Amino acid sequence: MSAEQVTLRGVTKVFPASGGGQAVRALGPIDLSIKKGEFFAVVGPSGCGKSTLLELIAGLSQPSEGAIEFEGRPIGKEIPDGVGVVFQEDACFSWLNVRDNILFGLRQKSMSAEEKARRAAAVIEMMGLRDFAHSYPAQLSGGMRQRVCIARTIVMEPRLILLDEPFGALDQQTRLLMGDEMLRLWRETGATVFLITHALDEAGMLADRIAVMSARPGRIIDLVETKWPRQRDSRIVEDENFGALTSRLWKTLRDESLKTMGRMGGGT
Amino acid sequence: MSRVRLYQVTVVVGFVLLLEVLCLTGVIDKITMPPPHVIIIDFFRMLLAGRYFGEIGKSLANVLLAFALAFVSGAIIGTVLHGYRTVREILDPLFATYYAIPVFAFYPLFIVMFGLGDGPQLLIGYLLGVVAVIVTTLNGLDRVPLVLKKTARVNRLGALQTALRVTLPFCAPYLLTAAKLALAYAFIGVIGSEFIMARSGMGYEIGYAYTNFDNATMYPLILLILLLSIAVNGLLSRWEKKLLARRGQG
Repeated sequence: MSAEQVTLRGVTKVFPASGGGQAVRALGPIDLSIKKGEFFAVVGPSGCGKSTLLELIAGLSQPSEGAIEFEGRPIGKEIPDGVGVVFQEDACFSWLNVRDNILFGLRQKSMSAEEKARRAAAVIEMMGLRDFAHSYPAQLSGGMRQRVCIARTIVMEPRLILLDEPFGALDQQTRLLMGDEMLRLWRETGATVFLITHALDEAGMLADRIAVMSARPGRIIDLVETKWPRQRDSRIVEDENFGALTSRLWKTLRDESLKTMGRMGGGT
Repeated sequence: MSRVRLYQVTVVVGFVLLLEVLCLTGVIDKITMPPPHVIIIDFFRMLLAGRYFGEIGKSLANVLLAFALAFVSGAIIGTVLHGYRTVREILDPLFATYYAIPVFAFYPLFIVMFGLGDGPQLLIGYLLGVVAVIVTTLNGLDRVPLVLKKTARVNRLGALQTALRVTLPFCAPYLLTAAKLALAYAFIGVIGSEFIMARSGMGYEIGYAYTNFDNATMYPLILLILLLSIAVNGLLSRWEKKLLARRGQG
């Protein structure tokens, strides 16, 4: 766990003016390196450009300035091979059952039907979805649907998994359990995980390193190393250092959040 | 039977009974319309005698063809147009006012252009249906969540694959509504054109019977069109219901 897998150099994102308004500088400049196999989290105030950063790394959007590389190759307009994304919103295809949702991306791959079925079956088993393989998303809870989306990403065997607030719409207990599940998958797959979240405890519990972003335009103002063992789960919150970690994150983030609230016209 | 279905059946049965009473009491005279029970008897006589089977087959084939052309081309045009915002904005006023245009007024022109064959009737049926399909397809595509389009991109799907595997399947309930509209318009266009000017077809036979006061032919043919429309619409509605239930929208 040392080689750099993703590097960002001088990355900025400016949204051009529209409808008579002014151009919006959403992000940067950002310089960042994400190591192969690490669990990396980004926290920041609302509207600081966290999701924009993820979309830039995913190749879903292009930086205004700077360069992004994945495994030494620049990320262009095409989504790089080996990158999977899980979004916050429900991205299940409501007309496909769980198994077909998971097989969705594999259908594009040139491999035998047996191999596709084998991989899908393995992921269904890994994600605890065996009893729901033939159910439709409408028959599942929000947590289960998000599991399907994660399974659809995992089945592609990505080397980098980008998670855009994947548990944001779930209740606290489900979020903790999904966090445990994510840690298990991270260990089992060996993939690098890049998590965007607004929940400090979630970032503190899951990540090896946490980047704290400033208010818009989002820049990285702190980089915290958690030093947690690789074998961990949600019970890490009981660790004596967990409180100090989240306190440090909040101390850095509080002023930035206040700036955002001030911009929105809120009080302190 | 659901409560809504019970009300639907009650309304239809009530209307038929009302017509029966009005016809039998002479409020509606026999020359204008025979009582519904007579129409039903004539209907079965017509079917058992095998009369007009050729005409019925010809009209239904044209209705199906006009429907299929309107549905397929309308869905394709709608999908392509969805990607070209400016073109869509230019065409939007035309779509909004399209059904104020009396398409039947162009029928004589189409006869001059294509002759007194099936072509002009097909064209009228097609022209009436295609815009409804385009507008409904656009309406459905507008509602595709951004996250599904992003998921398609993340899975490296091209434009055609995205349409076939993501956006159009998402729009399936809208496409079924479009199919129902296109079918109704295809019936109106083809049968209506045959009625105005043609040498064969159900519309032509209805028109011929109408001018000759032949109620024993006219009403059974109208009843047949009505039953066919209800049957196909019912099938599509059933399919739509199943689709929506699967998506948790039923």
